[in-house]
Amino acid sequence: MNIQQGTVIFLLSFTAGLAVASFAGFRDFIPGLLEGAWVTIQITVMAAGVAVAAAMVAGLARLSSIKPIRWIATVYVEIFRGTSALVQLFWLYFVLPHFGISLSATTVAVLGLGLNVGAYGSEVVRSCIQAVPKGQYEAAIALNMSRSLMMRRIIIPQAVVAMLPPWGNLFIELLKATALVSLITITDLTFRAYQLNQVTLRTVEIFTLVLIVYLALSLLITIGMRALERRFGADLGRIR
Amino acid sequence: MLFDWGFVLEILPTLAQAAVITIEATVVSFVLALVLGLVFALARMSARPYVSLPVGAFVEFIRSTPVLIQIFFLYFVFPQFGVVIPALVAGVMALGLHYSTYCSEVYRAGLENVPRGQWEAATALNLGPMATYRDIILPQAIPPMVPALGNYLVGLFKETPLLSAIAVLELMQTAKIIGSETFRYLEPITLVGVFFLVMSLASAALIRRVEAWLRHRRD
Repeated sequence: MNIQQGTVIFLLSFTAGLAVASFAGFRDFIPGLLEGAWVTIQITVMAAGVAVAAAMVAGLARLSSIKPIRWIATVYVEIFRGTSALVQLFWLYFVLPHFGISLSATTVAVLGLGLNVGAYGSEVVRSCIQAVPKGQYEAAIALNMSRSLMMRRIIIPQAVVAMLPPWGNLFIELLKATALVSLITITDLTFRAYQLNQVTLRTVEIFTLVLIVYLALSLLITIGMRALERRFGADLGRIR
Repeated sequence: MLFDWGFVLEILPTLAQAAVITIEATVVSFVLALVLGLVFALARMSARPYVSLPVGAFVEFIRSTPVLIQIFFLYFVFPQFGVVIPALVAGVMALGLHYSTYCSEVYRAGLENVPRGQWEAATALNLGPMATYRDIILPQAIPPMVPALGNYLVGLFKETPLLSAIAVLELMQTAKIIGSETFRYLEPITLVGVFFLVMSLASAALIRRVEAWLRHRRD
C-alpha cells in the first residue's frame, strides 16, 4: 500500500466508521479503546525491537562459517516459521511454567511475537547481506580491513538500505499479530473491543472502529518506514 | 516435569480428530480465498474506476488489519441480523476473506507479468477473449503464481488456530480443553506445535518440488 492510496483509504473508512458510529453511545467506547490502542502500540514497539535483534543475530549466524552456529540458527528459524504464532504464544504462556519458568503475559507477548517475526526477518537479513555486490567484499579485503570492520562499515550499511522495505511489511505483520495477545489475557485493543462487544453488542460499530485504528497504525508504520528509507538512502548516497 | 508418553498416546486420538477439522477448515477457506481472490483481482484490474477503486480500497483495508478481529466481526455480526451460523462457518469465511486479498495480489501480479505483446498477438490473430485467456494468457500466468499461492496456503493453515478464539473445536481449542481438564499443557500444546511444524516443513518441500517441476516443464 503506498502512502497516498493508504491515506485515501483511511479517510474514506474513517468517515464510514464515523457514520456508523455516530449513533448514541459512541463516546463511551473511546477511553477504553484508546487505552487498548496504547497497549497495542507498546507491545508492537517492544516486539519490533526483539524481532530486529533476533533477526540480525540469526541472519548473521546463518551466514557463519562455523557449522553448529548455522545449525542452531536454522533450527530457530524453522521452528518459529513452521508453527503458528498463536501456538508459540500458548506454549510460552502455558507450557514454560511446567519447566519452572513463569513469564508475565506481557513478556510472553513481546518475546513470542518478537521471536516469531524475527525468524521471518532473519531471512531478510541473510538475503540482503548476500545481495551486497561481491566487489564490495573484495574492495574491503584489498583495503586490508578486518572482517568485523568490513561488516560494520561496508557490508551492513548497504544491506540495511535494502532491508528497510521488507522490514516495513514485517512490522505491519507484527502489528496485525499483536491482536493475538488478547488471547493470553493482555488488555490490548482487540481485547477491549471484544469486551465492549460482549457488554454492548454493538458489533458493527466497535469492530469497524477498531479495524480503522489498526489501519491507521499500519499506515503510520508505512509512513515511518518510507521516511527511514529516504534518510538511509540519502546517507548512502553521500558516502558514494 | 517430564514428557509423559503414556499421556501422549491417550490424547492422540482426540487430537487427530481435531486435526481433521483443522485441515478441513484450511481447505475450505483456501478454496474460498482462491475464488474470491480472482473476483477481487479482476475487479481491481477493471478499466472502470467506480469498480476498481472501491474494490482496491476494500482489499487494502482487509489486508492491513488483523484477521482475528475479522473473525470476531463475522462471528458476532451474523446473529445480530438474525442469521445463526456455526462458529466454524464464520471462521472459515473470515479466513477465506482475509487470504483472498493476498491471493488477489498474486493473481494481479501473475496476469500483469504476461508480456503485453502476448495480448497484442492474440488480438492480431483475432482470438476471442475466452480463447485468449484459455490458450495464451493463463498458461503463462499460472505457473509463476503456484509457489506464491502455495506459501499462502501454508500461511492460512498456520492461522487456523485463531479459530479457537471463537470456540471452534479445531486442534488448538482441543489442546486447550485437554490442558484445562487434566492440568497438563505440556504434551497437548507441544504436540500441536509439532504437528504444524511437520506439516509446514512437508508442504514447503512439496512447493519446492512443484516449482522445480513447473520450471522443468516450461524449458
